[in-house]
Amino acid sequence: MKFSILVSEGPYTHQAADTAYNFTQAALEKGHEIYRIFFYHDGVNNGTRLTTPPQDDRNIVNRWSELAQEHEIDLVLCVAAAQRRGIADADEARRNGKDADNIAAGFRISGLGQLIDAGIEADRLITFGD
Amino acid sequence: MSKRFLYVNRKAPYGTIYALESLEVVLIGAAFEQDVSLAFLDDGVFQLTRGQQTDELGVKNFSPTYKALGDYDVNKIYVERESLEARGLSLDDLLPLTYEDEDDDWAEKDSIKLVSAAELAEIMQAQDVVLSF
Repeated sequence: MKFSILVSEGPYTHQAADTAYNFTQAALEKGHEIYRIFFYHDGVNNGTRLTTPPQDDRNIVNRWSELAQEHEIDLVLCVAAAQRRGIADADEARRNGKDADNIAAGFRISGLGQLIDAGIEADRLITFGD
Repeated sequence: MSKRFLYVNRKAPYGTIYALESLEVVLIGAAFEQDVSLAFLDDGVFQLTRGQQTDELGVKNFSPTYKALGDYDVNKIYVERESLEARGLSLDDLLPLTYEDEDDDWAEKDSIKLVSAAELAEIMQAQDVVLSF
């Protein structure tokens, strides 16, 4: 089956990011396809490489980046939600006159249309949020 | 072939950003020519109340945007009757949301339909994609 995933809560604050990750791993192991993982609301905080959790804790952001690299998964941060919360790639930083970018490896920033497209193209769109 | 998208709105309009960011998805999604419905239940029914006044909160009152939904061909707006009644509200307390029906000589019609929880469950069952905010 072809799944799309929506993550709508931030890492560490809420379990949504962990559960979405575990679901994605399990789905891939069973041979399913992950069409896209879309991050919205505070979920965009899953995509900042400046995250520095304690060493004895899981690194949620790196975990996504590794998953994306290993399985070529499309990780998309909503641009409007990212702008509000200070998540930027090099293009966004330049366009908005910021002095730095912070997007993590394997993520890209795009519009909400990518969420609608994820709903259209996948067999199931599954939300992990509050 | 278009899919049936239902946006479920369960939270109050202010206090958290969910209602505003849900509306942003609906407006973007309208361009994709899918079959779109909106549902308002629990505290989400407050999103559609008339006379919202947010000056003291220091946040933007985005409720006028709901009135534009008809122009985006978003005209199936379900409000759960139980949620409305539990909060002492009635249809008269909600924004008059309308659309022009192209199949009926562009007659102006109400977009809001009051439905019971049981009816809303059936509506949800009939969807391809349910996004809950």
